[in-house]
Amino acid sequence: MALTPAITDIEQLKSHPALARLLEWNTGALQAAKFDREELTLWIEKGLIREACAILRDNPSCPFNYLCDVTAVDWYPSQPRFEVVYHLLSIPKKERVRLKARLNDQSPVIESVTSVWPAANYFEREVFDLFGVRFTGHPHLERIMMPDNWEGHPLRKDYPVEGYR
Amino acid sequence: MTQYPASAVVEPVAGEEKTLILNMGPQHPSTHGVLRLVLEIDGETIVRLTPEIGFLHTGIEKTCEAKFYQQVVPLTDRIDYLCPMTNNLAYCLAVEKLLGLEIPPKAQWMRVMMNELTRINSHLVWLGTHAMDLGAMTVFLYCFREREDILRLFEMVSGQRMMTSYFRIGGLALEPPLGFFEKVKSFADRFPGNVDEYEGLLTGNPIFLMRVKGVAYLSTEDAIAMGATGPTLRGSGVDIDLRRDAPYSGYENFKFKVPVSTEGDVWARYVCRVQELRESIGIVQQALAGMPEGPTKADAPKVVLPDREKMKTQMEALIYHFKIITEGFTVPAGEVYQAVESPRGEMGYYVVSDGTAKPYRVHMRAPSYANLQVLAKMCEGRLIADVIAAIGSIDVVVGDIDR
Repeated sequence: MALTPAITDIEQLKSHPALARLLEWNTGALQAAKFDREELTLWIEKGLIREACAILRDNPSCPFNYLCDVTAVDWYPSQPRFEVVYHLLSIPKKERVRLKARLNDQSPVIESVTSVWPAANYFEREVFDLFGVRFTGHPHLERIMMPDNWEGHPLRKDYPVEGYR
Repeated sequence: MTQYPASAVVEPVAGEEKTLILNMGPQHPSTHGVLRLVLEIDGETIVRLTPEIGFLHTGIEKTCEAKFYQQVVPLTDRIDYLCPMTNNLAYCLAVEKLLGLEIPPKAQWMRVMMNELTRINSHLVWLGTHAMDLGAMTVFLYCFREREDILRLFEMVSGQRMMTSYFRIGGLALEPPLGFFEKVKSFADRFPGNVDEYEGLLTGNPIFLMRVKGVAYLSTEDAIAMGATGPTLRGSGVDIDLRRDAPYSGYENFKFKVPVSTEGDVWARYVCRVQELRESIGIVQQALAGMPEGPTKADAPKVVLPDREKMKTQMEALIYHFKIITEGFTVPAGEVYQAVESPRGEMGYYVVSDGTAKPYRVHMRAPSYANLQVLAKMCEGRLIADVIAAIGSIDVVVGDIDR
C-alpha cells in the first residue's frame, strides 16, 4: 500500500459519478478536485453548497443519499481560514465523496444542508458550537456540546488547549 | 403551616390543552449514562422530545491535536467505552492509510477477531440493559456472565479489561499470550448455546413482545434522511454493512451474513442485533481456524516501537525507540476518512495531517450521535414507556455522543 501521488487534474477524474454529475450541472460550482489515498475530495463554491448537495443526492445513476458527517477544519492563520467538510455516501452504489467549502475569517457563514438531509442538524450545530461557523437556514442553531453561556469556540486553533482562556 | 398564595395553584381549565415539561435524566437508570431528555407530555403521550447532550463532553478532539499520533490511541478507547477496540481500529487504520503502511496478515486477523469479540461484548451490554429496562432482569445477569468471559480475554491479551489500547499504529501492542487461542476457542464453542438461552428468555416472551412490536417505528426513508446508522438503519430495511461493502483489515476473507429486518420497530432492531451475535461468533471461529503465522507488527522501525529484546542488544532499536517516544513520527500531509462498522453503526475517523508528528485535526463521526437524532422521530406521539424501549433499541453510548 505504498503512497501514490495525489491526482488533482479534473480531466483524469471525470469518471467518478459525483464529479461527472457536478460538471454536467454547473462547471462554475467546482473549484478544485483531488484524488488522494483512494478518496475523492471536491471543493465547492461556498454559495452553491446546498444546491450541489441536492444535485448529488438526486443523481439518478449514483444517488449520494446518505450524509455521513459534517465537520470543519481551521487553517488559522492562513486564509481562507475555515474548511467545512461533508462526507457523503451512496448506499446503493457504495461510493463515497468528500465535499469541501472554504470560508474566510470575516464572515464564516454558509448555507445549511438540513433541507437536503435532516441528518445535518446535529452535525452543523456541533460545527457552530466548536468552530463558530454559522449555518443560514438551520432550524435550531444553538450550542450543543458546550454550555449555552460559553465564550469562544474550542476547536479553533487560536483557542488554547490548556490554561486560562 | 405555610399558606400558599392562590395564584400558585394552577387550576386545569376544561377544554384547554395543557402540556407538561418532564425531565428524564441526566440521572436516570434507563437513559444509559448522562443523557437528558426533555419531554413535553400531554398526559402519557409525548408531544415533543428534545435530547440535551454535552454532559460528558471532554474535548477529546481538541486534546488529540496536542498529542503525538501514537498518544491518541488511548484517547480513542474512551470515546465509545463499550467497544474500545473498534475505536482503536478505526483510528489506527486511518493513520496507517495516511502513512501508506502495510500491516502483516496475523495482525489483521487478530484485529478482526478482537473486533468481533468487542462487538459481542457491546451487544451483550445492550441486550442485558435493554431487557432490564423492559422488565426482564434475568437476561441482564446472563449477558454479564458471558461479558465477563470476554473481558477476561481482553485482560489476557492486553492487560486491561476495558480500556485496552490493544491495536497500535502498525499492528498490535503485544503478541497474544500462550493459551489465548484455546480460551477463545472454548468461549466461541459455548457461546451459540448462550445466545439460544437469551433468545429462549426473550424471543417468545409475550410480555417482551408487547413492549417491542410496533413500537418506535422508523420508516426506511426517514432512517436514511435522518442519518440513522448500524442496526437502527438495518432494522428499517436498508442493507448496508461496511464490513461487507467497504472491507477493511482483511474482512473480505470472512464469510458472514448481514441481518436486515424490514419492520422498522424495536423488535426489528432486536432481531438484527441478536442475529449479529451469531454472525460475529462465526467470524471469530473463522479467524481462529485460519489464523496466519508471522509477525504482529509492521516492518517500519520509524513508526513501530522495537521489541524490548532488540533494544537491549541493538543500537538502532534503542535510537528509534528514543526518537519515537520523544519526538513522535511524522506523517505525510493529507487527509483520510476511515469508516468502520462499530456495534452501533458507521464509526468514522477523519484525520488531517499537516506533515508534522501531531495530527492537525482528528474528528470522530460517532454513530450514537447520528442515531440520537432519530429518537424524537421515533417517540413523538407515543407513550412515555415507549421512550425507554426506543432508547434501548438505538443503543446509545453517551461517551460516544459527547466525546
